[in-house]
Amino acid sequence: MPSFPRVLLGLFCLLVAVLLLAPTLVVIPMSFNGNKSLAFPPVGFSWQWYDNFFRNPDWTTSFSNSLIIALIVAVVATVVGTLAAFGVSRAAARTGGLLRALLITPMVVPGVVLAIGIYAVYLDTHLVGTVTGFVLAHTMLAIPFVLIAVQASLEVFDRRLETAAASLGAGRLTVFRTVTLPLILPGILSGALFAFITSFDEIIVALFITSPYLKTLPVQIYTSITRDADPTVAAVGTLLFLATSLIIIAGLLLGMRRART
Amino acid sequence: MTASAGAAIEIRKASKRYGAFTALNDIDLHIRPGEFMTLLGPSGSGKTTTLNLIAGFTDISSGTLEIGGKSVTGLPSHKRNIGVVFQHYALFPHMTVGRNVAYPLTLRGIRGEERDRRVKRALDMVKMADFAHRYPNELSGGQQQRVALARALVFDPPLLLMDEPLGALDKKLREWLQLEIKRIHRELGTTFVYVTHDQEEALVLSDRIAVFNGGRIEQIGTGRELYDHPATLFVGRFIGESTVLRGMAETTGDGTTMIIGGQRIFAQGRLPGEARPVILLRPERVGLKRAGADAVTGENRLSGTVTEAIYLGSGSKYEVRLADGTVAVVRSPLGAADFAIGDTVDIAFLPTDLTLLPDDASADVTLT
Amino acid sequence: MTDMPDRPALLTRWRPRGAVWLAAPAVLVLLLALAYPLAIVVVRSFTDPAPGLDNYVWFFQSAVNRTVLQRTFVVAAWVTLVSLICAYPYAYAMTIVGRNLRLALILCVLVPFWLSGVVRTLAWVILLQDSGVINSFLRGLGLPPVKLIRTLPGVVIGMTQVLLPFMILPIYSVMKGIDTRLLQAARSLGAKPWKAFLQIYVPLSLPGVYAGAIIVFILSLGFYITPALLGGPRSILLSSLVQNQVLSLLNWGRGGAMGVVLLVTTFVLLAIAAPLMRQNHSSTRREA
Repeated sequence: MPSFPRVLLGLFCLLVAVLLLAPTLVVIPMSFNGNKSLAFPPVGFSWQWYDNFFRNPDWTTSFSNSLIIALIVAVVATVVGTLAAFGVSRAAARTGGLLRALLITPMVVPGVVLAIGIYAVYLDTHLVGTVTGFVLAHTMLAIPFVLIAVQASLEVFDRRLETAAASLGAGRLTVFRTVTLPLILPGILSGALFAFITSFDEIIVALFITSPYLKTLPVQIYTSITRDADPTVAAVGTLLFLATSLIIIAGLLLGMRRART
Repeated sequence: MTASAGAAIEIRKASKRYGAFTALNDIDLHIRPGEFMTLLGPSGSGKTTTLNLIAGFTDISSGTLEIGGKSVTGLPSHKRNIGVVFQHYALFPHMTVGRNVAYPLTLRGIRGEERDRRVKRALDMVKMADFAHRYPNELSGGQQQRVALARALVFDPPLLLMDEPLGALDKKLREWLQLEIKRIHRELGTTFVYVTHDQEEALVLSDRIAVFNGGRIEQIGTGRELYDHPATLFVGRFIGESTVLRGMAETTGDGTTMIIGGQRIFAQGRLPGEARPVILLRPERVGLKRAGADAVTGENRLSGTVTEAIYLGSGSKYEVRLADGTVAVVRSPLGAADFAIGDTVDIAFLPTDLTLLPDDASADVTLT
Repeated sequence: MTDMPDRPALLTRWRPRGAVWLAAPAVLVLLLALAYPLAIVVVRSFTDPAPGLDNYVWFFQSAVNRTVLQRTFVVAAWVTLVSLICAYPYAYAMTIVGRNLRLALILCVLVPFWLSGVVRTLAWVILLQDSGVINSFLRGLGLPPVKLIRTLPGVVIGMTQVLLPFMILPIYSVMKGIDTRLLQAARSLGAKPWKAFLQIYVPLSLPGVYAGAIIVFILSLGFYITPALLGGPRSILLSSLVQNQVLSLLNWGRGGAMGVVLLVTTFVLLAIAAPLMRQNHSSTRREA
């Protein structure tokens, strides 16, 4: 029988869970608004804002820009970050610790400070509004996430397996390909996912280095919120919410299956 | 640690159920003040559940539990004043050894010099006084367990519970700590209740042993009683080495005869009731002889082939495959005749040197 | 632990000296996209428009700037405090419930954690605006509307919700490693349940609390999107001020000086807090 403190704890957690999730749900009814307004409650019902998202070039190009940049970032950051994770965990303890601290600094540097610095550099090097510029900045921001994810799986990886494989006659590259890589692959994949999402959602740096010719989706959402009350943002928000939830649920289920086997 | 009198424990008709699962089925256990009682059994037999009931970590489903003559039903563990030593030490990692041992004293309002004196005395007792300022993670497993023992005893509880405290340690360290625990028990006069699945450890430490199986107590007695006079097949097989002989049995007057692999065995005594009897043999009560040689009147003989011969220094150990396929274990003392693998031999034993027990198929299942 | 087996000598062969160089590409990216840009910000703060400390003198002499700086700290402190109050019981509950419920609780944290911050801020705009969910609810009850958007409380509410996962996750990861048998041990030694919780569980969970608090505080100090969209002229925070100096006034020196103040504050806080986050007593992890 649950005691009184347990019941209280349960109620409190329910409240926090609602606070975490519920506010975001409000974008869903707004996305079906019949009027061009973000005022609550929505009036009528229509699919027009979804229609607008898939037809209006402002939205479609910014979406495809974000997708392309995020895919490139996912690949580049995963390769670079995985190499770094090996470097960190196989270097001497002190060097490794220092290197790790250095490589995760992008997580704590205030976004605006970073953004004005990158903006200044890009103005000089003509990288404003270029895919290269976005990829470089977003890769830097994504490296910590890849590093942490891969390092976590390297930490539980039993190094003696490599020694064992070597004793059975496998060369260094074969050991890596047939033993190390398959075992840390889950870490690398979640690192790649983190890198993709980091780039796809990044807004502060993007606001500075964007140009009328190259906008990303978050920039388009931001300007849409500040400029007009276009419910298309609610439609986009709903789609992103669904996509994020599905990815996380799939990830949790996969993780559970792995834990069971 | 003043030599406080130990507390008695009286458990009557106690059961513990988790939903449909019965962890403990109607047990009776009386532990005398100052006694060293070991709860012995395989995992899942109910021994740890019994310890948790005494400690107050779980509630009894039915029955009664008295400690020191008082019912403790519903009394939470922090009010029971019982020392507990856990298998994984459970030292507080954020406190030094000294603060760990001082913790129960602080909770009891003992402070200042009195507290320091008692902490020092407890650490002296386990020979850890030099480590008072270390953190638990700076100690080895054996050292941590000694600190845990000091912490459980520092507040002079009349009862100390230990849950497989030496399970995680290597053999040498375990044997040395067993002797330490025995010494401390002798010095203090506290009642010790000790849980283990290691029958040798139980024999070394205990005044009496309660053998658990499938949520029941099969037998309570001294090590000698359990070894020489097991009440059930399970107890006989769990304590020490043994050979079990099965065959067609019939009672004849004050004895029982059994046909095993075509050979007739005579056993002193008979089982009450209808139970099917089996014969339990201890390896050192069995002799090994050349086939057909050196007959002694009244002696039982079964022929077989030596399948394993191990020289142990203090004697030899043999495994002999009998005609019915049973593998018998024989220990012969130093100086007895030597045999080699493949030799055809007889195992020989007197009708009084065997134990007649009711058959219990579950005894085999639980042991494997 | 002396019981731990020694690392086999063979392994040393697999710790090549050159391993550090595997991190070279990552370090290069960081030099180009992090170190160099930050160096430019620092340099400009001392040289633009003229060499000297003028920009810093200006920053600390302006009453408006001091107000904004103070407000930024106050908001960060509130966000940290409210997040902590919400996160600690939530993370604790995550460690004691059954597997399915725990999965649901984790889902509630991870979805907002990974969902775009702009989208979540949009949700708060819809909730808090004058014609938003909360005010239309109040109107429905016949109550007067409340000004929420472009106010400081609105900013704090929105930021707390956006940053809450950053508080819950580190606390949970530390709590999950705490051996609950220690609580049982404490009770057997005579501690009442709440005392065992306060004296054993809480101290062992503190590294997670410190980590969560410092992350949330630092992220709050530099937060930009949520305060920009939910805040108004009277609730401007430092980040917006920096953005304004650089993009609207093209004053790189003053914007840079503000940025440097923010940056230095962040790293000083991190340096102070780093030792607290470390778990000194590694035996919370039990050996198998």
